[in-house]
Amino acid sequence: MMPGDGRDPGITDKFATQEMVLNMGPHHPSTHGVLRFILQTDGEMIVHVTPDIGFLHRGLEKIAELVPYQSFMPFTDRIDYLASLNCNLGYAVTVEKLAGIEVPEKAEYLRVIGAELTRMASHFIGFGALLLDLGAVTPFVHALRERERYNDLIEKLCGARLTHNYVRIGGVSHDIPSGFKEETMRYIDHLEYEFIKEFNDLASFNSILINRLKNVGVISREQAVEYTLTGPNLRGSGVSYDTRKDDTYSIYDRFDFDIPVGKGMFGTVGDSYDRYWARIEEITQSCRIIRQALNQIPDKGEIRTKLPKAFKVPEGEAYVRTECPRGQLGFYLISDGGKSPARLKIKTGSFSAMTIIELISHGVMVADLVAIIGSLDVIAPEIDR
Amino acid sequence: MKTSELIAKIKEKLDKDALEITETPFDDILIEINKDEIISVMETLKNDPELKFDSLLNQLGVDHKERFSVIYNLFSFSLDRKITVKAYLDRENPEISSIESVFRGINWFERETFDLLGIMFTGHSNLQRLLLPADWEGYPLRKDYAFPDQYHGIDNRARSNFK
Repeated sequence: MMPGDGRDPGITDKFATQEMVLNMGPHHPSTHGVLRFILQTDGEMIVHVTPDIGFLHRGLEKIAELVPYQSFMPFTDRIDYLASLNCNLGYAVTVEKLAGIEVPEKAEYLRVIGAELTRMASHFIGFGALLLDLGAVTPFVHALRERERYNDLIEKLCGARLTHNYVRIGGVSHDIPSGFKEETMRYIDHLEYEFIKEFNDLASFNSILINRLKNVGVISREQAVEYTLTGPNLRGSGVSYDTRKDDTYSIYDRFDFDIPVGKGMFGTVGDSYDRYWARIEEITQSCRIIRQALNQIPDKGEIRTKLPKAFKVPEGEAYVRTECPRGQLGFYLISDGGKSPARLKIKTGSFSAMTIIELISHGVMVADLVAIIGSLDVIAPEIDR
Repeated sequence: MKTSELIAKIKEKLDKDALEITETPFDDILIEINKDEIISVMETLKNDPELKFDSLLNQLGVDHKERFSVIYNLFSFSLDRKITVKAYLDRENPEISSIESVFRGINWFERETFDLLGIMFTGHSNLQRLLLPADWEGYPLRKDYAFPDQYHGIDNRARSNFK
């Protein structure tokens, strides 16, 4: 309120509006994991956001230099605990590439099936939690119900529900259990033909949700590229790039699937709704990949290449990217020929998604910041590592 | 475009800036440069219409014991190629220009590299620790890093926790 706008000057003096510093987090229901935002607000409007991270820094890159190559696999689970199998896969692919290890055919299929199942389960939490933060509790419970079935499936496959540690360097840890194939087929049929439709009717096309998400947190194509957004966040801004297709790894080149791209369904291209919708669409595409993989997987065959007891990686370095639910997971591995990496840099999708929040949340409402964080689907352990 | 053609093109564009351009395994190209030329190299790679390496994939620092290096992974959507740019820094005074003026998204990468390896980025807008507490001593990813015994009264020696 400016002085001289016709109101009683005494009141203006007493209740002068000034910028206020507000703490959001580290423990806040809408920050996924332990992260903190320092908000400079003018009433309901945000003037500036300063993200403060590091609460979940566990020094994974340092640990990698201290343990043998195989022993680092359980730690990769903790890079992104909602998509641990994808992180396992990224690390295994990197080491195999540098060491020149061939992976048996059957193991490749099992990896793809596991990774795509995990991608879907991670997206359930991704858009489910977004809706929860916006105040819609019921869709979150629906998404969690489906994730529960996924947990049961993956428990059959590898014995763990959250941190799977399923992928090994040169293969996978367990063979396909009996009945898994049929059960997975029923599950993806249910997802593709029943759940997605039900969920869209319930939440996606709800006018309140559309109004909360459209034209909020718009990221242009140029901004997305400049700030290294990856995964659904990049595709939401209209860039059709998916490492599974464009820089293919494992056996993704054998499957037929599409890359959903943001088109500005209800607002501008690159708004929060486009990012939300990219995730919904990816569920269908993952179902397609799993169905093809289940039909093609060989019945018999090895699931793991035997590694020498003292496993060493020849000298060299490589940067390998794989597609995680939250964007590209890149490992820069430098080997000096020893038993453990000389340097392992982990580049995650959430890290760069977090840097752009400061840019796009200038001048938005506090409640819209919640939508922006949720639609970017950032997760604390992946940022801090 | 073939790798050899791309190397020739980058050589031509960068002129004297680059020290050495080599083809590395896994479809990658390594450009080793002098650390003083980092900004001009990055500008050429990003803005040249025939190269357009406009996406910064990754940045990291490495401790080679006798010296440090800073590595940048760039990607070009138009060429569908990625390249690696590497600059070596001496151990006593690890310092390199920040490329924030070229890639705005580098901000946190450089802060993290400073935080964990103690490499200074001159010209950076806010070079503070990113992951570690502001009062942390030392740089953990250096090879000669000594683990602290305690932090603010929290005992850090693993065995004593189980007494």
